[in-house]
Amino acid sequence: MEKTAKKMNPVSAFFHSQMVIPVVALLLLLVFNLIMDPTFFKITLGTNSAGDPVLSGNLISVLNNGSELAILAIGMTLVTAATGGQDISVGATIAISGSVLLRVICGGEAKPAELAAPVFVGFLAACAAAMLCGAFNGILVAGFKIQPMIATLILYTAGRSIAAWVNNNTLPIVPGEKFTYFGGFIPGIAMPTPFLIAVLCFIVIALVLKFTNLGIYTQAVGINESAARLNGLKPAAIKILSFVILGVCVSVAALIKVSRISSINYSVIAQNIEMDAILAVALGGNSLGGGKFNIWASVLAAYVIQLLTTTLYKFKVSSDALPAYKAVVVIILVVMSAPVVREKMSELGKRFKTPTKEVG
Amino acid sequence: MPEMKKKKGLSDANLLLVITIVAFFVMYIGAILFLKGGFLKAQMFFNILDANAGLIITSCGMSLVMITQGIDISIGGVVGLVCMSCAVHLELQGGNPFTAFLIAVGIGLAFGVVQGFLVAYLDIQPFIVSLAGMFFARGLTTIIHTNPISVSNEAFKALRKIKFILPGLGYVNKKGIYIDTTVELGSVIAIVIVILMFCMLRWTKFGRNFYAVGGNKQSALMLGINVKKTKFLAHLICSLLAGIGGYIYFMHLGSAATSNASGMEMNAIASSIIGGTLLTGGVGNIIGTFFGVLSLNTIQNIVSSIGLDEAWWTGITIAAMLCLFLLIQSVVLSRTKKK
Repeated sequence: MEKTAKKMNPVSAFFHSQMVIPVVALLLLLVFNLIMDPTFFKITLGTNSAGDPVLSGNLISVLNNGSELAILAIGMTLVTAATGGQDISVGATIAISGSVLLRVICGGEAKPAELAAPVFVGFLAACAAAMLCGAFNGILVAGFKIQPMIATLILYTAGRSIAAWVNNNTLPIVPGEKFTYFGGFIPGIAMPTPFLIAVLCFIVIALVLKFTNLGIYTQAVGINESAARLNGLKPAAIKILSFVILGVCVSVAALIKVSRISSINYSVIAQNIEMDAILAVALGGNSLGGGKFNIWASVLAAYVIQLLTTTLYKFKVSSDALPAYKAVVVIILVVMSAPVVREKMSELGKRFKTPTKEVG
Repeated sequence: MPEMKKKKGLSDANLLLVITIVAFFVMYIGAILFLKGGFLKAQMFFNILDANAGLIITSCGMSLVMITQGIDISIGGVVGLVCMSCAVHLELQGGNPFTAFLIAVGIGLAFGVVQGFLVAYLDIQPFIVSLAGMFFARGLTTIIHTNPISVSNEAFKALRKIKFILPGLGYVNKKGIYIDTTVELGSVIAIVIVILMFCMLRWTKFGRNFYAVGGNKQSALMLGINVKKTKFLAHLICSLLAGIGGYIYFMHLGSAATSNASGMEMNAIASSIIGGTLLTGGVGNIIGTFFGVLSLNTIQNIVSSIGLDEAWWTGITIAAMLCLFLLIQSVVLSRTKKK
């Protein structure tokens, strides 16, 4: 495969790779913004109320607010590749995970004067809870052979209720400045912390993919489960593992989400984020039917979705009406990348090319 | 080979259907025996039916799409859009209930044509297409109107008040006055649609095409079935039913808000699954879906009448029930595979 890729010239190789959709979408959006309002790209270094340096500007806010989605896109891509289905419970498990985090660090009180446990301990508990949810989904999918979307529908329905139950329906408020660092800025560092956390996640997953066989195993299971089994892989274990990894991603996203407001709202936190995460996977050119995958395309697509959101906000689109515009852009992108349309396009292209060749 | 598979699939479907219906009756009779109260009255059942007439209709469409191996998560959005459009039409533009109904059908058809075309002819994943459909419908709803509207149109109010009296099912209240058990127009329409859909799927060639396409696309193609057209029609009918269901839902509520029918698509999927429809396609039954909706809502009523009023119990019980049904399905299917 790599050999053929090398034989092609780099441009056509790029147009045949799956990175083309997110990259083209990104360029289109950037050019659109450049034409409409060049000040969109302005980045200023200011100070916040505490006197620490912070970067601000539309692009920074894209990197900042898109982080949770990008982190989720990592796990969602793996789940999609391994199982050929999607996890629609991530929004609900973010609620559970965030609720567990608050329960541990606030010690069950609504307005504690100081932290009952270090944030790190809370995060470990949240991570364990999210991994447990992931394992539950994974066992239903791999063990009981239930389709992922349906299996995760269970936690989708119950998740926010469980989250409310964990904290007895109170909304604890975390005291102190330190907890806000995860969703805001660390004093002295001008980049928003969520983006730094996201970059850390990218590095970790890049190292994992480089030094373990996770990527190739996941791909093998997604393409042909029986063939993978005959080759000595354990499809069930790999599927469960992918859900557990998504669980870890969920807990990191939950930490950021909760830290942003130092509290939680069970019914609203990370609402519809599962849809955006699946969208990121699809826009990244990954087949939703499983198999080959490219995490970086999904991550890039996640930031493209956030860029689209920020651009629309810039044009005074209200947050309620936002989905309509998003849908139009999504449909255009998906139609453009549909195999049927691509074939037609390349046929057209050939028709245009042939006469020029004759002339030449 | 495909023939054998199909036969097994149908017997599975029947078993799953029987399980669903039995579970519903066990639950309901259990509620009558142990909870008494409201469950003793027939009206309780018809209240559940009235409140969920819209969901029943949309679930029928969802089952149909699921039978052809697709999914449509836009129906909640479409129902919300229909509610808001009809409310604006009736209240702010002085329309009448009939033109409002035409609007509802029109919205359904429009979504159906676009989504069906994208799914069937451009071969785009139904999940993504209907996700975009959901986003679009939800966004459009708020663009049309942001504030809740309560409809005061007289003709529409009269339409809402149409109730059918069921003879012999009434009860005598504490003051000794006989109160009739009534059922709303919406429920009657829902039942008619369930019966029509059931007959269509079971006894017509047109209906059986859906099973063939969902069961095995390749062999359906070899049998000379137009796979693309069948898929297109499945999405078209689903969205059309979402339009009609939306109108019935709106008729039951009598008002519209942007948050209307949020999460309805998931309820419809859950009902279809409890009713024995498989997302893998080729297996499903409308009667099962009907009982799926009723089971889902009966359990909600049971939970609230037991006194578990805290908001989280409903979500958790529904999820537990869904989990139970999924496990039963999984066991049933793996058992027949081993044979």
